[in-house]
Amino acid sequence: METYIGKPIKRREDNRFLTGKGRYTDDIKLPGMCHAAFVRSPYAHAKILRINTEAARNAEGVVTVFTAADGPGDFGVPCGWQVNFKNGDTMREPQHPLLAKDKVRHLGEPVAVVIAATMALARDAAELVEVDYEELPAVTNPQEAMAAGAPLVHDAWEDNAAFDWCIGNDRAEVEAALKDAYHVTELEFVNQRLAPNAIEPRSYIADYDVNADKWTLYSSTQNPHLIRLLLCAFALGIPEHKVRVVSYDVGGGFGSKIYHYTEEALLIWATKEIGRPVKWTADRSEAFLTDAHGRDHVVKSKMGFDKDGKIVAHLTDEYCAMGAYLSTFAPAIPTYLHGTLFQGLYTTPLIHLNVVAPFTHTVPVDAYRGAGRPEATYLIERLVSKAAKEMGIDPAEIRFKNFIPAFDGVKQPGYQTQVALQYDSGNYAPTLEKALEIVDYKGFRQEQAEARKQGKLLGIGISTWIEGCGIAPSAVVGALGARAGLYEVGHVRVQPTGKVTVFTGTHSHGQGHETVFAQFVADRLGIPIEDVDIAHGDTNEVAFGMGTYGSRSLAVGGSAIVKSIDKVLEKGAKIAAHKLEAAVEDIEYAQGKWTVKGTDKSISFGDVSLTAYVPHDYPEGLEPGLDFSSFYDPANFTFPFGTHIAIVEVNADTGKVTLKRFVAVDDVGNVMNPMIVDGQIHGGVVQGIGQALLEEVVYDDHGQMLTGSYMDYAMPRADDLPFIETDRTVTPCPHNPLGAKGAGEAGTIGATPAVVNAVVDALHHLGVDDIQMPLTPQRVWAAMQNVQR
Amino acid sequence: MRVTLTVNGKPYSDDLEPRTLLAHYLRDTLNLTGTHVGCDTSNCGACTILMDGKAVKSCTILAVQADGSEITTIEGMANGGELHPIQQAFKENHGLQCGFCTPGMVMTAADILQNNPNPTEQEVRHGLEGNFCRCTGYHNIVKSVLHASELIK
Amino acid sequence: MIPAKFDYIKATSLDQAIELLAKHGFDAKVVAGGHSLIPAMKLRLNRPAVLIDIKGIEGLDGITEEGGHIVVGANCTHNQIASSELVNQHVGILATTARTIGDVQVRNKGTIGGSLAHADPAADYPATVLACEAIIEVLGSNGQRSIPAVDFFTGMFTTALEDDEIITAVRFPKVADGNYQKFYQSASRFAVVGVATVKNGSSVKVGITGVSDSPYRATAVEQAYDGTGSAAEHAVDGVDVMSDHFANAEYRAHLAKVMVKKGLEG
Repeated sequence: METYIGKPIKRREDNRFLTGKGRYTDDIKLPGMCHAAFVRSPYAHAKILRINTEAARNAEGVVTVFTAADGPGDFGVPCGWQVNFKNGDTMREPQHPLLAKDKVRHLGEPVAVVIAATMALARDAAELVEVDYEELPAVTNPQEAMAAGAPLVHDAWEDNAAFDWCIGNDRAEVEAALKDAYHVTELEFVNQRLAPNAIEPRSYIADYDVNADKWTLYSSTQNPHLIRLLLCAFALGIPEHKVRVVSYDVGGGFGSKIYHYTEEALLIWATKEIGRPVKWTADRSEAFLTDAHGRDHVVKSKMGFDKDGKIVAHLTDEYCAMGAYLSTFAPAIPTYLHGTLFQGLYTTPLIHLNVVAPFTHTVPVDAYRGAGRPEATYLIERLVSKAAKEMGIDPAEIRFKNFIPAFDGVKQPGYQTQVALQYDSGNYAPTLEKALEIVDYKGFRQEQAEARKQGKLLGIGISTWIEGCGIAPSAVVGALGARAGLYEVGHVRVQPTGKVTVFTGTHSHGQGHETVFAQFVADRLGIPIEDVDIAHGDTNEVAFGMGTYGSRSLAVGGSAIVKSIDKVLEKGAKIAAHKLEAAVEDIEYAQGKWTVKGTDKSISFGDVSLTAYVPHDYPEGLEPGLDFSSFYDPANFTFPFGTHIAIVEVNADTGKVTLKRFVAVDDVGNVMNPMIVDGQIHGGVVQGIGQALLEEVVYDDHGQMLTGSYMDYAMPRADDLPFIETDRTVTPCPHNPLGAKGAGEAGTIGATPAVVNAVVDALHHLGVDDIQMPLTPQRVWAAMQNVQR
Repeated sequence: MRVTLTVNGKPYSDDLEPRTLLAHYLRDTLNLTGTHVGCDTSNCGACTILMDGKAVKSCTILAVQADGSEITTIEGMANGGELHPIQQAFKENHGLQCGFCTPGMVMTAADILQNNPNPTEQEVRHGLEGNFCRCTGYHNIVKSVLHASELIK
Repeated sequence: MIPAKFDYIKATSLDQAIELLAKHGFDAKVVAGGHSLIPAMKLRLNRPAVLIDIKGIEGLDGITEEGGHIVVGANCTHNQIASSELVNQHVGILATTARTIGDVQVRNKGTIGGSLAHADPAADYPATVLACEAIIEVLGSNGQRSIPAVDFFTGMFTTALEDDEIITAVRFPKVADGNYQKFYQSASRFAVVGVATVKNGSSVKVGITGVSDSPYRATAVEQAYDGTGSAAEHAVDGVDVMSDHFANAEYRAHLAKVMVKKGLEG
């Protein structure tokens, strides 16, 4: 019988996408549907003095116009994570209104919404809404936001801090160790603000059915149940059982489609007011202004080493922007998803991270692919590479010296870090060894030396990374401030004919769940993959779920499905034993049938399924049916890891960086479908490369965005890149039944520092030891100029 | 304003506001929602279609400008249940993830291969410069187009 | 994104188009490929009341050889120019320039006439028409004019075109030895700096785009040219160099010198 796990099974979702039959939210049209257009603030910070909607109301095709005063101002979208101040004070949590009331606090904040018969007419009328503002000074940089006298984002508090936080060892102890260290490497930089830029802009349709008193929200979300929960329990206070959230196909998320946005709550509110379905789809310009951004940390770090290059202590202070309001997961990103990875792959005995998280006059910052972990990895891997240069140690060697020794999490215990978490299993050196072999590290160093003689600037950069994903054990995250559990739901419905429908609470927006999940379900049940269908994305179909982010779908969502499969097989065994007239202990399941051990007496999965639904000859006391749902709450996070190596050439005249090679050797635990895992790595790596070389959201001093379109925000294109060379090692996760760790964010986390380390390596002999990201030609050229002067 | 044109081999004639973009006409009037819109500035390429055989960005063309033309969208590529070789190559090489940029990629690939049946990797990469993908890192898209050039032979 | 409302008129002759332009004046815009105008209209940065489509007018999309010149019709697309045998044979620099514009899709639709009339300070053609000493042929209510490239560009998004004038063709002298060097802006792929160099024995003509609010002939470079790249030092002499977050004035000036040097040595 054919098995599927570990094979590059082609995706079953592809045909609909390849033929234009995907069902993205903006593709949906409902009878009587009208369209919303938002009137948005042209200022980063201003008082709203007056809003006049009269001309807009009277414009062609307009159904109505709403401002905060019409009701939406009474409602706000919630934050899902609470991080209190170090001194115990409660996190400052301003209302995030659906429409701005007396003040606007970031460029693009919605002030009014126009609803009209067509999108074009809604846009036309939105231009007729007159808003008088009194512009106020703004602050967009998180460090400046904490300076004395900085403009306040929220007047209710005396400064802009939303909270502050620390993790690790006692600060004084870490400082003392740094004082005594043989060598201390210092680094100051900004981990720049990024725009996630899923190619499908956000889109919502809200539809209220007056007869049933029920709402349907079609949404481009990564987590339909979570949106329903936040919408009902927090944003609008409407009954959860009367709300259906549907998210069929979603055109990429990368974190930006996790959050509950004001537009979707507003549309649900508005559809009942107007008694018609209403749609809104973001323009790219609106996406830049309103999708939650990522990163934006101002960082100051010190790492101490002994004379052999062993790390003895690490101290970092950061200012991490929250934006104007607290987005759904925002407080968790620079804290529990960031500081808890400060151990890296190394045995660093003393670590301290201090974070100040201020409000800024910008769009909120939240998780973007990697979410806190790329920032941690970038910092650690830059520090280690910089230290290697300063100490004259090879950058590969310094990593080998500091690696945590291998542990499988079964025979050897997990590794207890200095920053709260316990790593599940790890074997770090082989990924570096393999990557060095692939790039022919020694050979490259010779080539580099030769090239240098001819004035060619070649560089190599190493990044050895780890992340914590498979988010997450509910009790742990609850203790850390999460306001939700982070388990997952897997429901396996065996139909009477033995065909299987699996309902998962995770959501696929490119990850290929419909294929990958079917692979292990088919293997575990011993049935053809064609007999398995995966359903997701509709709260009316799927019992519950927390959605897809944090590389959790397979490790957590897959494990929930495995639990249900186990229940199916356990009940199936009872039915089979009855039919085979044997004791349950005497039968076994393999290759799609139950067999009485040591005999050729067997009954197929299909026959047992039919019996379960036609229970004429059936075990006494057993319920009919073969249909199980399970909640799986993981025992721990999972900890994928790996090594990324970049080789670059820098144009000495222009500063332009060309990426010549990129090698990624990753360990994501057990692999269900290598084709899909490689695809995840490719995409992740290129987003990481994007941060290193191209991408940056720039606000000017007034809070105006200078990079609000693809004419100014540079993203990687096909001709910016080489093929990404991938390989892997496999260290199974010891605590989930699939042994899977997660691959979605790996590439992004590892790639960025590899590229920057490579560029610095190319220029180090000129005296360059750091360059601020993104490494634009101008910045690289300026770095070369500065040392030459 | 009356617009008469052929889309995927079928004639259409509709009264439209002159400001209607071709992308919106295809999506909203003809319900051909495989053509996507991902940006406002003619950069992302998700809206790429063939107009009189050439790849163009339908978000930057007024429907009235397309009067009299022959349009092919992603819906017109497969022959019944049989995928076009480019579509087949994308499937075999995992050249798509979320699928949103995919129609534009396939249509641009059709233009690339029409003008250059044996492109090199660099020619493919250069040919795709007007199409953004945020999922695949372009790796498997480039492989798909190279593979498609083999399949078409 | 959708433009504000407008009336659309498909012109069938140049005379009709000019008449319409004269009638509607500032409220009217001419569209051919639309790849400069329509993006601006979608963002509602540009909102003409009347759009005059000249794409269907016969005789504007040919590439011919006339009296030692290569005459490129205003409605020729970038792709048409890039792949034209006549252009490649006699004005190779123009084909090279066209190939650097936008992307496949944009080159299939955007036209040389539209690009020149739009006069984006980061557009590519201006450098090349300047270095080639091309003539911009225009037609208006007052008849036909032949505007030398050097007189055509008058500032950021402004040209010597009168409100009722339409570009009909661009007349290029044959160029045996020329090259176009472009440093791409990484997001838009417009030129941070674009340098067109046309060499003729010991003399050289250099057109530069992207550096200032208007493209210019680098006369200081031309005068200092000594057969090597050293004259590139003068690339921005007397020029007010633009600054943005991709390239501040210092870096942009440096790039101009690097690109001019490549051009002179190319």
